[in-house]
Amino acid sequence: MSADVSSIELPFARRTLGNGLDVIVHEDRHVPIVAVNLWYRVGSKDERPGRTGFAHLFEHLMFEGSEHHDAGYFPPLQQAGALLNGSTSTDRTNYWEVVPTSAVDLALWMESDRMGYLLPALTRERFETQRGVVLNERRQSYENRPYGLAFMAIVDALFPPGHPYSWMTIGAADDIRAMQFEDVQAFFRTYYQPCNASLVLAGDIETARAFDLADRYFGDFPAGERPPAVTATASLDRGRALVQEDRVELPRLYLAWHSPAMFAPGDADLDLAADLLANGKTSRLYRTLVYERRIALDVSASQHSRLLSSFFLLAVTAAPGHGLAEIAAIVDEELRRVAADGPTDAEMERGAAHAEAHFMYRLQTVGGFGGKSDQLNLYNVFTGDPGFFGRDLERYRAATRASVRGAVAAHLTSKPRVALSVVPRGQVALALPGSEPVVVS
Amino acid sequence: MAVDRSALPAVGPDPAFAFPRIARHQLANGARVCTVEHHGVPVVTFIVQIDGGYGADPSGREGLAAITADMADEGTGDLSAIDVSDALERIGAEYEVEVGADATSFSLTTLTRFAARGADLAARMISRPSLRQADFDRVRQLRIDRLTQLKDMPGPTADRAFLRRLYGLHPYGHLSIGTEAALSSLALTDVEAFQTWRCRPSAATVVAVGRLSHEALLQAVAEAFGGWEDPAGCVAQEPAAADIEPPATRGGLAIVPREGAAQSELRIGHLSARRGTPDYSALTVMNAVLGGQFVSRLNLKLREEKAFTYGARSGFDWRRGLAPFALQTSVHTGSTAEAVEEALAELAGIRGPKPVTDAELALAKASLTRGYPRGFETTQQVARAVSQLVLYDLPDAYFAEFVPKINAVTASDVTRAAERYLDPAKMHTVIVGDPAQIEGPLRTLDIGEPELLPVEPRR
Repeated sequence: MSADVSSIELPFARRTLGNGLDVIVHEDRHVPIVAVNLWYRVGSKDERPGRTGFAHLFEHLMFEGSEHHDAGYFPPLQQAGALLNGSTSTDRTNYWEVVPTSAVDLALWMESDRMGYLLPALTRERFETQRGVVLNERRQSYENRPYGLAFMAIVDALFPPGHPYSWMTIGAADDIRAMQFEDVQAFFRTYYQPCNASLVLAGDIETARAFDLADRYFGDFPAGERPPAVTATASLDRGRALVQEDRVELPRLYLAWHSPAMFAPGDADLDLAADLLANGKTSRLYRTLVYERRIALDVSASQHSRLLSSFFLLAVTAAPGHGLAEIAAIVDEELRRVAADGPTDAEMERGAAHAEAHFMYRLQTVGGFGGKSDQLNLYNVFTGDPGFFGRDLERYRAATRASVRGAVAAHLTSKPRVALSVVPRGQVALALPGSEPVVVS
Repeated sequence: MAVDRSALPAVGPDPAFAFPRIARHQLANGARVCTVEHHGVPVVTFIVQIDGGYGADPSGREGLAAITADMADEGTGDLSAIDVSDALERIGAEYEVEVGADATSFSLTTLTRFAARGADLAARMISRPSLRQADFDRVRQLRIDRLTQLKDMPGPTADRAFLRRLYGLHPYGHLSIGTEAALSSLALTDVEAFQTWRCRPSAATVVAVGRLSHEALLQAVAEAFGGWEDPAGCVAQEPAAADIEPPATRGGLAIVPREGAAQSELRIGHLSARRGTPDYSALTVMNAVLGGQFVSRLNLKLREEKAFTYGARSGFDWRRGLAPFALQTSVHTGSTAEAVEEALAELAGIRGPKPVTDAELALAKASLTRGYPRGFETTQQVARAVSQLVLYDLPDAYFAEFVPKINAVTASDVTRAAERYLDPAKMHTVIVGDPAQIEGPLRTLDIGEPELLPVEPRR
């Protein structure tokens, strides 16, 4: 029983099948469930301009049937008591099932059937239906949601045209409408290959049996070829100030900077900086903007860590009657202070306590988004080392006042940024002065 | 050995699972305590559940329960709001407040080595909040501003209008955040009175779940909460929201205008049953077939067949009193009327014209029962499940009985439950959408003249 985890560890065993499929196993026998988690090294960064949104639409098609189970993927798995889902990001696509121990074979059979035999089941009709579903998803999650188009405007301004992060994973509506059924086959053959995937089994399963099952269901597939890795660099040569009118009541300021890639030096420091700046009541900007001056309704910040490069995003919603210039001035002052003096000892202590506890909380579930199986795959796919969990935590333990100060100075205060003001329609005066209007849809 | 792909592999017998044993205790001050030993990682969760949620808001004081709960982390003793937040962060705590219809729950999760500190902090915040005027003014203003923002959000706007259509002026008929008018008129004295009379040990249950023994969990709770006392004097006996009969309403169609909306946010339903109904298992199975999971009639029809939506679901918003059954979805504006028509047909169908099939019944039951142990992985999940037992007066054997009870539901039980608890003639349809585009087609459906509603309900 691997339940005695007084130290913060995520133990595992790894084997790579002859065809290149990575298989990682983690035992946790505390609830009779097994998490099956499969990552493909493909995301929206692998798309081309004019064809954006394809990786995500394709993810939908993976649930519609495969050659030997030519029907929806939900009914048999749901009948077995499984929870299942998938998601697409800029950098990867993942699929997972959490099944009772008694249904591991079923989950692996189905997961392998769609890896090996998807295309014979793909029909034009299924493609058209999912195109419609995705257009609805886009309307619901972006177009019909307050501030829902801000992210689109930010990545568009932050990255040069053609850069793989310059479009959203959901894709442009026109691109989704223009997608061709014929493109599905080439996409599948390029990216959905064993050598381009990583499988984790976590939970109530013996390691040797897990490897046997993985080999049995996936081992016969030809390796395929690992597609060439996408590379791209991005930097801003000058700051941009933009204003977007939206169906919102209160203006919000977004500030975005390029920042170091996931796990690169500075990445964890900026994650800590985000917390001390804007997350929670003790954070500096919450304290000054929301608690003391009461000129803002909320603040947030995060280091959006990604494979090619990251960005740091800070957002503040103004309280009624306050414009964004007033807020920006205070934010800038606070950023300069961190860049000059660094965090306080108290801030570093809180950051360390937070990291310690939250790495522990991450060990509570085997499956689903963010569960142990998903983390093992993240580490394996993005660093090549499923055991990176401990080194990941070590990054936070090793951070110092100097390293956080240095990261803020190097990547935020001394660098150009995108400042996006989202304002209620007709109230452009609330935006930062000199902002250029921007329209995305 | 080659894989046989001629058929899906069979699923083995369900693995055995021991549901958590709950130990019940009571402190001298009347507070009930439930402890559960959990064997995962060294984490502990405390939930303090107080009788009375937003259904306890007095008329004209909508939002009082929620703002009172919100004041808990705004300072206690000589700790300011910032100090409280600092103390929580120093033990890496996750702190959450949930203001439900019938109860308010404060939840704190931390590492087991901080169990005593976490329980102590929770007790001080919940039993002895400072309730300073300046903090109240700030929190009230933030909540008013948040209400302003909700007006732009189709989901909460639909929920708000829907609750009001179903319950009228009944205490369940508003969102926990309340209304702008009520929040604006609230004073700190309201919060003080509510805190004094509602938030008392005799109305509280503390649930503690973690990798500690029952004794250690109880000790942490007893040391932290033992000094809490009921207020002197008698507690005013107002009827609980659950005991007040909601007014009878006629169903019909209402639209909250959102000009130019790309999608229509939809709610269809009516008041249906209480959580304590003996038909709970039959209703749970019925809802699983109808819209409670991905493979359900509503989602398959509206998403997978028609592509009107990214997803559609239905469910009971359970409470101790009469609870709503509702379908919710967001559909493409151009498909609104057709989506309503299809949804109403499904709601009517399951009552008899299109009875649940053996295959649907088997799928729904298997999905509910085989997946059940999954909900007991984390301390938060277990603590929440136990606090639900307390809230709804369910027996400790509830978890163990869940699976056999669901398995005992028959097709005719489902039909009978649907006939009794779903009534197409009483359905309220509430849509947040663009009237110019949807009104015309909706008029062809014969579900009544659309009534236009304001975003902020009138009194």
